[in-house]
Amino acid sequence: MTTAQEDKTTAMVDLITVVIDGFEVSVPKGTLVIRAAEKLGIQIPRFCDHPLLDPVGACRQCLVEIEINGRAFPKPQASCTIPVEPGMIVKTQLTSPVAEKAQRGVMEFLLINHPLDCPVCDKGGECPLQNQAMSTGQADTRFTGTKRIFEKPINISSQVLLDRERCVLCARCTRFSDQIAGDPFITLNERGALQQVGIYEKQPFESYFSGNTVQICPVGALTGASYRFRARPFDLVSTPSACEHCASGCSLRTDVRRGKTLRRLAGDDSTVNEEWNCDKGRWAFKYVTANDRLTQPLVRDAAGDLQPASWPEAIAAAAAGLQGKRAGVLVGGRATVEDAYAYAKFARISLGTNDIDFRSRVSSTEERDFLAAKVVGSNPSYQDIDKSDAVLLVGFEPEEESPIVFLRINKQVRKRGLKVVAIASKLSVGNAKLRATFVCVSPGAEAAAIAAQELSAMSVILVGERASESAGALSAVVALAEKSGATIAWIPRRAGERGALDAGAIANLLPGGRPVDVAAARIDMQTAWGVDALPSGVGADAQQIISLAMSGDIQALVVGGVDPLDAEKSHDALVAMKNTFVVSLEIRPSAVTKIADVVLPVAAVTEKSGSFMSWEGRARSFDAAVDSLQRSDVRILSMISEEMSRPIGLSSVTAAAKEFASIGMWDGEKAKFVSVVAPALVTLGVNEARLTSWRRLLDSGSLQDGEENLAGTARKAVAIISPSRAAQLGVVDGDAIRISNSHGAIVLPSFIESISDDAVWMSRNSQGSHLLATLSVASGAVVTVVRD
Amino acid sequence: MVDPQDLSSSEAPNEFSEVSEVSNVPPSSLLGRDLGLAAAQSVGVSTAGARSFGKQLGGFWVTFKAMFKKPTTIEYPEVKEPTAERFHGRHQLNRHPDGLEKCIGCELCAWACPADAIYVEGESNTEENRMSPGERYGKVYQINYLRCIFCGLCIEACPTRALTMTNEYELADDSRSKLIFEKADLLAPLRQGMLMPPHPMYPDMDESNYYKGEVPGAHPSQEVQP
Repeated sequence: MTTAQEDKTTAMVDLITVVIDGFEVSVPKGTLVIRAAEKLGIQIPRFCDHPLLDPVGACRQCLVEIEINGRAFPKPQASCTIPVEPGMIVKTQLTSPVAEKAQRGVMEFLLINHPLDCPVCDKGGECPLQNQAMSTGQADTRFTGTKRIFEKPINISSQVLLDRERCVLCARCTRFSDQIAGDPFITLNERGALQQVGIYEKQPFESYFSGNTVQICPVGALTGASYRFRARPFDLVSTPSACEHCASGCSLRTDVRRGKTLRRLAGDDSTVNEEWNCDKGRWAFKYVTANDRLTQPLVRDAAGDLQPASWPEAIAAAAAGLQGKRAGVLVGGRATVEDAYAYAKFARISLGTNDIDFRSRVSSTEERDFLAAKVVGSNPSYQDIDKSDAVLLVGFEPEEESPIVFLRINKQVRKRGLKVVAIASKLSVGNAKLRATFVCVSPGAEAAAIAAQELSAMSVILVGERASESAGALSAVVALAEKSGATIAWIPRRAGERGALDAGAIANLLPGGRPVDVAAARIDMQTAWGVDALPSGVGADAQQIISLAMSGDIQALVVGGVDPLDAEKSHDALVAMKNTFVVSLEIRPSAVTKIADVVLPVAAVTEKSGSFMSWEGRARSFDAAVDSLQRSDVRILSMISEEMSRPIGLSSVTAAAKEFASIGMWDGEKAKFVSVVAPALVTLGVNEARLTSWRRLLDSGSLQDGEENLAGTARKAVAIISPSRAAQLGVVDGDAIRISNSHGAIVLPSFIESISDDAVWMSRNSQGSHLLATLSVASGAVVTVVRD
Repeated sequence: MVDPQDLSSSEAPNEFSEVSEVSNVPPSSLLGRDLGLAAAQSVGVSTAGARSFGKQLGGFWVTFKAMFKKPTTIEYPEVKEPTAERFHGRHQLNRHPDGLEKCIGCELCAWACPADAIYVEGESNTEENRMSPGERYGKVYQINYLRCIFCGLCIEACPTRALTMTNEYELADDSRSKLIFEKADLLAPLRQGMLMPPHPMYPDMDESNYYKGEVPGAHPSQEVQP
């Protein structure tokens, strides 16, 4: 924002001057008294007040004396519910004995039934109740009766525990769930001394955002099952970090004790995640300490068995196997920007190829061209959503695939009724919460529906990675954006994809979005890297690399954290890897490890420094939170390249970050996007349906391994069919149906919902519903649906 | 280094030559302070009379008198005296009357310890493996007696009276590792009526009954079924 604009906004806001404790302060109209006091550095004690939640005045701790134009309120008032008025004079506990006594009295009431089990409470040491009892409470109690006792703790979900006797009834958790997450699963029940937080008996607190309630609870009433009694705040060493689970770009705080991550909290970043994060980002970190972590290099011996090897041996074996062969590089979606840059440079310099792709999932050539033409180097932002007058969701399910984007849209929907249009085959829970206009299409027929949309120039089109699964959809998005002037924001599901795109880990782009087929772009990179020539011509993308490896044209693969079962034709990928020399860089054994020739262990996110690039193109850097001997991918690739005598010269993450920053973005012309025409849909036979699917936020993903409390709140795997199909099959909710094709079959309970009549929806990678591993297809394919 | 030869041949007068010049002066006055030598010379043995014999006898009288006193020394390793009642000796991890452990693994003792001598790791009780009443028990419990200063702050910190100190003071040993006491070394022995955990809680009692001391002893139903 420029200074001129800033001045304009400041002038537009009405400022009101109030006097607090004898000091004048000017704040915008509508500011709450407690907030105005904060501006002066006067802290009024509070429990229920939270800047991102609606005021409620539940705890009464923030009582102050207020007079307006000489007329005083007869009693002390809650400063968290009263907005400033002209001529207001406020006296807080610092200057008013009345306010001081009132606050002391409220604190005494709050502590009457509080168990004072601070020594064994998780919150002890970081507890607002503890702190404010010290600052505004009194040392002795006058209460001699028996305290109210509740059974403790009760599980309100598998991961959140409730100690009702510690609760001060501030309603922060219930307000968060209702106002921010849109999951009003917890409420305050009963009245008087028996008032308590509760859940509906038949519906546990299964929200994707339930962890935030634990974080904002001002006492130890809500605790996380996986952290309960593990440590106290003063045991922990905290490191600011970034979330590796999705492209939302949350800032996090990682708390480590005795070399093990014990908890992660949402960081405070008002431009990105505000103060929230999702349960996956908060609780899915146990994979780092799983017992099966790879700790030393493995090399396949002559007998075909993997044997532990020293680093020099393994590096030599990798280099010898890659030397002189046509090789392809598959980079997983978890790579940091620095790692992705190293893969990109390694492919170009050490392997002399453009056959590299970071999209270890269902992808298309149309998508690759779309990324090069419209996404690389672009900077859409959360603020675009805040300012937009409509949001169009294409191949994107915000709650499941980028939860913080969901919270941001939800905030605008709640605040000003932002219009949301979802083009999908099925109405989802998340989109229903966003009150989205559901444009129901057959899987594969998205393009026509997108073309029919009317958008203003202030609209944002949020395009998910699944848009690539419907041919022509991305072309329709580009056409719509050109027609309307709307902003396109591409939101991949994995944290590393946007960074890998900008770092050039894709067949048609060099680092910084330089097109490989433009000579000037290649010369740029040749100068930067100090090499004579770089491979010209667009390389093969992920699916082509697999088919080239099957046919023997590619004889070696470097695979960095890719699960072959994430892509279509997963069985082909495994066969291709068996045929070729595979160097695998992984943190834990996967399907690739079984067939790899050299396995090199790498550091997990908490063990290394680096940065991710969120969907906004915003760098989210992080430091190592725990000490580890594991190396980042950059270092290992650099060692292999030296052994191959074609060094990439990136000795550390810092060196890679520095070099990538010095290269800068391509300022020349971007690649032209060539439109693809959507093919006609095939006609369906009897009992046939088009498959559609997406991944749940909480599913069988390998980064969620080892956290059973979290898995307990995952949504159950179901097969969703339309009412008319249900009638045709003669099934009701819960009856098992069988979905099959030539590769396999899955049996799931049916669920009847609003979905395109010719479609069947299943979650892509949940317990009992592993589509790509079983059916080898994910979306758009024709499957047979029968009653089981 | 200065060669001693050079020093002696130098013009500066050395210590020894100075002393030889003034050898008739008593050494005490030479040093400028009274070492009591002059007094010793004045009561020298050669000049002893009846008066000085009396003084010597006075000294022997003290020795003689002591022969009739009760000796205060004991022959320690063979003979052991009880300590003061509240002597701070080796720690003990106590049990509830039914044998369940009192320690809940809260680590407050470790936090209170000014010498950082205590290490605790807690674990959750399950129905199949219950070591203490309530949610948690101390899975790992170590006290390093090379660090412990026996101040007793850990005892004050313990919310369940699980940790107390015994009067045992014989804690010397011949290696460092032997002086790190594990939970097994610290746990109180099973007394009459106690059962070895893990076993279920006393029927119809919760942890507050345990803390109030309302559990009389093991109940037959607490015997773990094979």
